[in-house]
Amino acid sequence: MSATGVASETTTRGGLGDNVVRPDGVAKVQGSFAFSGDLTADGFLWGATLRSPHPYARIVRIDASGAWAIDGVECVLTASDVPGRATYGLISHDQPVFAHEYVRFEGEPIAAVAADHPETCRRALAAIVVEYEVLAPLTDAERAIDGSHPPIHPDGNVLRHQRIVRGDQSIVGPITVEGTYELGMQDQAFLGLEAALALPDPGGEGVELFVATQWLHEDRKQIAACLDLPEEKVRLTLGGVGGAFGAREDISLQVHCCLLALRSGRPVRMAYSRQESFRGHVHRHPGKVWMRHHADASGHIRRIEARFVLDGGAYASTSSAVLVNAITHTQGPYKCDNATVDGWAARTNNLPCGAMRGFGVVQACFAHEAQMDKLAAAVGIDPVEIRLRNAMETGDHLITGQVIESVAPVARAIRETAALPLPDEPVGGHDGDPMRLPGGAGLTADRGHIRRGIGWGVSIKNLMYSEGFDDYSTARVRLADGVASVKFATVEVGQGFVTIAGQIARSVLGVDDVVLETIDTKIGSAGSTSASRQTWMSGGAIDGACRLVRERLFENVAAAHDLDAVQLAIDGTDVVDTLGTLRVAVAEATAGVVIDETFEYHHRPTEDLDENGQGNCHTAFAFVAQRAVVDVDPELGLVKVVQIATAQDVGRALNPMSVVGQIEGGIAQGLGLAVMEEIVQVDGHVRNASFTDYLLPTFLDMPDVVISLIEEPDPMAPMGAKGVGEPPCIAATPAIVAAIRDAIGKDISRVPVRPGDICLTEVG
Amino acid sequence: MSSEMYSLHVNGELREVRDAWVGESLLFVLRERLGLLGSKGACEQGECGSCSVLVDGELLCSCLVLAAGAVGQAIVTIEGVAPLGAPNDVQQAFVDCGAVQCGFCTPGLIMAAHALLERSASPTEIEIREELSGNICRCTGYGRIIEAVQSVAVARRSAT
Repeated sequence: MSATGVASETTTRGGLGDNVVRPDGVAKVQGSFAFSGDLTADGFLWGATLRSPHPYARIVRIDASGAWAIDGVECVLTASDVPGRATYGLISHDQPVFAHEYVRFEGEPIAAVAADHPETCRRALAAIVVEYEVLAPLTDAERAIDGSHPPIHPDGNVLRHQRIVRGDQSIVGPITVEGTYELGMQDQAFLGLEAALALPDPGGEGVELFVATQWLHEDRKQIAACLDLPEEKVRLTLGGVGGAFGAREDISLQVHCCLLALRSGRPVRMAYSRQESFRGHVHRHPGKVWMRHHADASGHIRRIEARFVLDGGAYASTSSAVLVNAITHTQGPYKCDNATVDGWAARTNNLPCGAMRGFGVVQACFAHEAQMDKLAAAVGIDPVEIRLRNAMETGDHLITGQVIESVAPVARAIRETAALPLPDEPVGGHDGDPMRLPGGAGLTADRGHIRRGIGWGVSIKNLMYSEGFDDYSTARVRLADGVASVKFATVEVGQGFVTIAGQIARSVLGVDDVVLETIDTKIGSAGSTSASRQTWMSGGAIDGACRLVRERLFENVAAAHDLDAVQLAIDGTDVVDTLGTLRVAVAEATAGVVIDETFEYHHRPTEDLDENGQGNCHTAFAFVAQRAVVDVDPELGLVKVVQIATAQDVGRALNPMSVVGQIEGGIAQGLGLAVMEEIVQVDGHVRNASFTDYLLPTFLDMPDVVISLIEEPDPMAPMGAKGVGEPPCIAATPAIVAAIRDAIGKDISRVPVRPGDICLTEVG
Repeated sequence: MSSEMYSLHVNGELREVRDAWVGESLLFVLRERLGLLGSKGACEQGECGSCSVLVDGELLCSCLVLAAGAVGQAIVTIEGVAPLGAPNDVQQAFVDCGAVQCGFCTPGLIMAAHALLERSASPTEIEIREELSGNICRCTGYGRIIEAVQSVAVARRSAT
């Protein structure tokens, strides 16, 4: 399927497999969709946060009296005002609500204020006196793990250490390739900045929070603990979410906003600035990965050695899970029986890191794909052939010992990608248009110098949560008078779950009208919108609830017509007797009847890893292949990505237009990491916390994307469909960097690739 | 805070702005004083285009302009492009082509695409990329947006 012409297949029925348009689409294009930053309430105050200017310092004294003295200031909070648990965190609660005794990263919250105007807030924050004893920051992850630096946190400087040891450790060569690969810190850079509205209950007995998040119930759990309130007294409703990509999985302003509202007794709105957002959420882990591959003369991998060091920054967040994802994906989508892997997640005084699209696998894939190209060169075969020779299949093992039970069309993905047409655009672009040159209309690139390269990225990505975590999802479906109402706490961040939800109900129940109820905590958890899991998990929950409702509908119809319920089926919008002639519209069959069912979907259990990194720790897997074509000006170090071709294992495309959107969007973020995006820190200070200095891919940076969807429905998935959001983001970075290497014949080992990496040394 | 009062011409109406601090941006006043929440702020530096509006027909970032400086000029925001519930052709094409994901950049992009198509009835793909490159989208990778703009251009040409 080509990426163009998708929309023309739109149908009106709107069931599974159709290109259904978003139910919130018209509101979004008209500007009437309410994002969390658009929410307001009578008599509200603005909230704002005071942040540390130092990456590491001891707090000697805080004097907030100056802020209280400013007209319009209604509330000032510091660490001593937190009524409940003083810390939060997704896996271990090691991060203070407000810094107490020490600040451990630049931008760590110290105090919060509520006032009548953002400008009053700014002046109030400036009036809070904080006396620091500035300390030398720990910014080198290697020093954090080698024990040479005193602990910067009571929990120590190692967030997690995990080994994987499998098979014959003595295998060496005959062909050996190795390399060390580095990745910079990437920001999720969602456009809708962190924002929330908190409404206090009368008497301060509870609070209602409207917030852009990824996981309402987890937020509620952490907020309630910090506020010392029972969970039922903390009620969360999803505020419209302007993208997430992992950055909203952790607490940011939630506790601050609720506490300001409870203390002031008034509604409080908080909204981060872009500069603040860069410091106010977790990022993709920067990391260093060493790999050595041992292969036989024909290039079959015999053993892999690897060492991962991920910089988790000041607080734990999900670093331990990111690390396990990274090391368990060391081999990539290739067969490998023997491995020795050592993985570390370090605590430093850099910005905290946690979830971002790809979650550790981005780091592993950048390394293993560079290794595959080195192996191909050492064996003397091309990059496609080396990957085909090693391609993983269903039934193969991960280096954790886990058997890949998912559909695994790796070789097919590589072959289908290779068969997609190369760009017809000549090197340096069509018609002498300078806009098509690397560097664009700056007119600095010389067409005669440009070299074209082709590179490959192939990846495996786990779906859902791992290591024994039961990230179930809940849905409730109510069918009355031919209308299905669907209730869930699944966070819509833009990915289109709200579209899929309606498609499932229409397909299973034969209804045309589906009402999606408010997304809030008035139903059980849906788990997080992350790990490519919601189509599978919350889709599974809605599918399950709809099936329960349908059973009861069939029982009703069977009873009314003296039939056996098992012979009834849905055909379009009718209930039909498969063995007879009865045909009755669902709307008619449900007139005056209410059927209401709730279903909880759980994926199969997973296990912890043992001390040798062995165990069935993951749930399921998806695969993708990508081929990048780039034009490079080797003298100026400029890169233009010309085309990405990709075949992706999607199981079943429940909404092909939406799948294409995920693939193109994922590729854009992978491209950003390849050649543009990095949060630059110097001694723990952030140097580019703005969209002027942190460069994001624009219309002009994105290449043409040619897509082939591989639809081999996965028997384990509720509707055969795999998550599609993360894989494209993972494969794009190594593919683009491989293409740059191919263009200039130079070994580039760090992303993002900067002009100097290309042009400041000898080109081969 | 001072209590300046001035009026702005927004979407064909004269709107009074009361109790405003004179240092407020046009974006802040549109959103917080006039309740026109369709214009979005995502960078406050004119880099992302989410706050794009038309001022005397010119596309600009409302975060970079003082509201008090726009007195006497005709301002069109996303709310002024088409009546609520009756999207225009550009808006409908964004929905139909899958050009909307989280939707935060969308109002600004609609303004930019609308302005582009007013200037150029048949933009080439590279023109679309260049003309819309002041608007950042983090979700879509831009492919469906380009298709949406192209589909409007084609439909408008065949309608004339």
